[in-house]
Amino acid sequence: MATTFLPPRHDDDAAAVEPREVTTTRSKSDRFFRGGVSASGALVLLIMALVGVFLTVRALQALSQAGFSFITTQAWEPDGGNFGIAAVLSGTVLIALTAIFFAVPLSTGVALYISEYSPRKIKQTLISLVDLMAAVPSVVFGLWGFFFLQGQIIGLARWISTYFGWIPIFSVEGSDPNDPLSTATVFTSSTFIAGIVVALMVAPITTSVMREVFSQAPVGEREGAYALGATKWGMIRSVVLPFGKGGMIGGTMLGLGRALGETIAVFMIISPVFVFQPHILQNGTNSVSALIALRYGEATPFGTSALMAAGLALFIITLIVNFIASSIVARSRSGAATDG
Amino acid sequence: MTASIDDLDKLVSGTPNRRTTLPQRTPTPPDLKPRRIGGFRRSDVLSLVGAAIAGFGVAALLFTLLPFSGWLGFLAVAYLAFVALYAVLVSLDEDFSAVKDRLAAVLIHSLAFTLLMALIFVVTFTVIRGWEALTNINFFTQDMQNAGPLDPLTAGGILHAILGTLIMITIALAIVIPLGVACAVYMNEIPGPFARFVRTISEAMTALPSIVAGLFIYASLILILGFDKSGFAAAMAISVMMLPIIIRASDVVLRLVPGNLKEAAYALGAGQWRTVWHVTLPTARSGLMTAIILGTARGVGETSPVLLTAGFTAALNVNPTTGPMVSLPLATFEFVKSPEPTMIARGFGTAAVLMFLVLILFIIARIIGGRGPGNLSKSQQKRRAKRSREDSQRFTKREASRVASQEALATPSSSPRSLDFGDSS
Repeated sequence: MATTFLPPRHDDDAAAVEPREVTTTRSKSDRFFRGGVSASGALVLLIMALVGVFLTVRALQALSQAGFSFITTQAWEPDGGNFGIAAVLSGTVLIALTAIFFAVPLSTGVALYISEYSPRKIKQTLISLVDLMAAVPSVVFGLWGFFFLQGQIIGLARWISTYFGWIPIFSVEGSDPNDPLSTATVFTSSTFIAGIVVALMVAPITTSVMREVFSQAPVGEREGAYALGATKWGMIRSVVLPFGKGGMIGGTMLGLGRALGETIAVFMIISPVFVFQPHILQNGTNSVSALIALRYGEATPFGTSALMAAGLALFIITLIVNFIASSIVARSRSGAATDG
Repeated sequence: MTASIDDLDKLVSGTPNRRTTLPQRTPTPPDLKPRRIGGFRRSDVLSLVGAAIAGFGVAALLFTLLPFSGWLGFLAVAYLAFVALYAVLVSLDEDFSAVKDRLAAVLIHSLAFTLLMALIFVVTFTVIRGWEALTNINFFTQDMQNAGPLDPLTAGGILHAILGTLIMITIALAIVIPLGVACAVYMNEIPGPFARFVRTISEAMTALPSIVAGLFIYASLILILGFDKSGFAAAMAISVMMLPIIIRASDVVLRLVPGNLKEAAYALGAGQWRTVWHVTLPTARSGLMTAIILGTARGVGETSPVLLTAGFTAALNVNPTTGPMVSLPLATFEFVKSPEPTMIARGFGTAAVLMFLVLILFIIARIIGGRGPGNLSKSQQKRRAKRSREDSQRFTKREASRVASQEALATPSSSPRSLDFGDSS
C-alpha cells in the first residue's frame, strides 16, 4: 500500500503546542574531543600571548628609560643609555622599499605571464617552480648576493651614481667618476644590493598571490573584452588588472612584511652602521633584524631588553603591514562557495 | 475575418508566392583554407627575430665605437634597442593598439624570463660553487671536529649539521603538528567568539619576524630559565616560528572540506568526534600534509632563530638537551664567514644539501598534495573500488538470505531461527 495517511489536524491545538526543544546530549567521546581541541586552542593562544606579553614586558624596561628618544636616537649604546632605532628602522624600511621596487614589476610580469601567456602544458610546472622558489632558504639568497651579485652590480651602481647622483638618494660620497683609480668599495654592502637580494626572495610570494587573483578574473568579462575587439593587452588592462588590483596590493604588502623581517640574507650583505643612511648606493646600512643578530650575544640584561624593544617595534610594523595586506586580499576575493 | 492569409502575405512580402527561395550558392573554391585567427604569422616571427638581431647589432656597434663597457650595460642597451626597433617594425603594418599589445607581450615575457632565470641561477650557482665539496664522500660522513680551515676538502664534513637539522625539525614537528592541527580543528569545529579570537591572534603571529621568535626563546628559555644553548632550544624557536604558519594553512584546508559531507555523517548518526576523525580529517588529508610539509620546508631553512639559540659546534652532537648543536643553514652561515676558499666551498656545499632537503620535502608535498579534498590517488581509488565491490557482494548475499527467510516465513514449517524479528529472542 503506497497511500500516505496524514494525521488529522487540530487547528485549535496548534497555537498551544510549543515547538519541541532540541537538545543535544553529547557522548563521552565527543565531550572529550571538544575538551581536547579547546584545550589545544587555548594552549596556542597562551603561547602566542606569552610571546607578545614577554616581548612587551622585557621591552618596557628599556623603553621606559629611553622614552621618546628611542625613536629619534640613531646610536646603539644601550649600556651608555644612548640608544634608539632611528638608524636601524630607517635602514630596514629603505631595504624593504628597494626590494619592493624591484619585486613588484617582476612579479606582476611573471604572474601575468603564468596566468595569461604561458602555454597550457608548462603552466602547472611554472606554478610549482614559483612555489618551490618561495621555499628556498634565505641563506642561499644571501650566499648568491654576497659572492656573485656584489661583484657584478658595482658597475651599475657606479653608473647610476654618476648620471643620477643629483637625485639625493643616489648620491655617493667619496666616489669620483673622473678618477679612474677611485675605489669601488664605497659601492659594496649597500642598501641597494641588500634590496635586490631581498627582492628575489619576496618575488615568489608576491607572484603566487597575484597569479591566484589574476587567474580568477571572470571568463565572461575576458571574452566580452575580446568580443568588443580588444587586443590581449587591452583585455588584460581592462579586465584582469582592475579585477586583480586588490590581490596585487595585498601580495605586495605580504612581500613587504616578509622583506621587513628578513634577517640572514641582509646580515650577510650589509656592513652595519649606526647612522641614518639615506644614500642607497653607498656602503653601509643597517636593519633591525641584523642589529639583533649582531648584538644579542654580547648584550647585558639591559641590552637584551633594548634589543627586545627593537624587535617589538619591528613586529608591530610587520603586524600592521600584514593586517592591511590580509584585509585587502580578503576583500578582493570573491566568496566562491566550496560546497559540492 | 475578412482578410485571408493570402492577403496578409501579400501585404507583407508584396508577392503572392509564399515559397521560400534559397539564395544562389556560389561553389566554394577547393583551395580556400579557413583563416587562422590564433598563433604566429610569419611576419610576427620575422619582425621579432629581425628586431633582436638588429638590437644586438646596435649594442655591438655602440660598444665598439664608444667607450662603454660591462656585460650588464651591453645587455641593457641591446634590449632597449630591440624593444624600440620591434615597435618600429610592428608599426609598419599594424595600428597603434596592436603595437601596444606586442610591446606589452614582449615586456611581460622578458620580465617572466628574467625572474625565473634569476631564481634558477641562484640555485644552480650554489650547486656549482659547492660541487667541489659535494663530490667528496667524507663531506656527508664526517664532522668538522678534526678539520681546520686550512685542511683540504677531503677532510671534514657536515654530518653534524645534517643530523642536527633532522633532530631539530623532528622535535619541532612533534610539537607543532598535533598542536597546530588540533588548533585548526578547534577553530573550524567549535566556532564562536573565542575561536575567532584565536584565529586573529594566530594570523597576527604569522607576522612575527623569525629573529624575534629566536630572541624570545633566547631571553626566556636560555637567559631566564637557565637552559644551555642546545638543539632543544633551537627546536623551540623553530616551533614558535612554524606554529602560526601551520595553523593558518591547516585552517584554510579544513575550511575547504565540503559541509554536506560532514552533514551526511551527522545525519547517519555519527558524533562530532567520529565525523572529524572519519570524514573531515581524511578528506583534508592531502591538503594538511601539504601544509605541514611546506611549513617544514620554511622551518628547515630558517637560520636566524637557530643562530640565537643553538650555539655553534664543529663536533657531532646527537643529544638535543645538552651542548650546542648546529643546523644546515647555520653551518652555511658560519662556513662562509671564513676567508678560506675551502671553507667557502664547504658553505656552498652545505647550502646545496639544504636546498636538496627542501626540494625533497617539496616533491613529497606535490605527490601527496596538489589534489583537492575528495580527489583520490590511484591506489586510494583502487581501495575504494575494492571496498565497494565487497559491499555490493555483501548486499546481494543479504538480499538472497532475506528472500530465503521470507520464503521460509511463508511456509509454516520453517525454523524460528530464520524469523528476522527483533523481539524473537
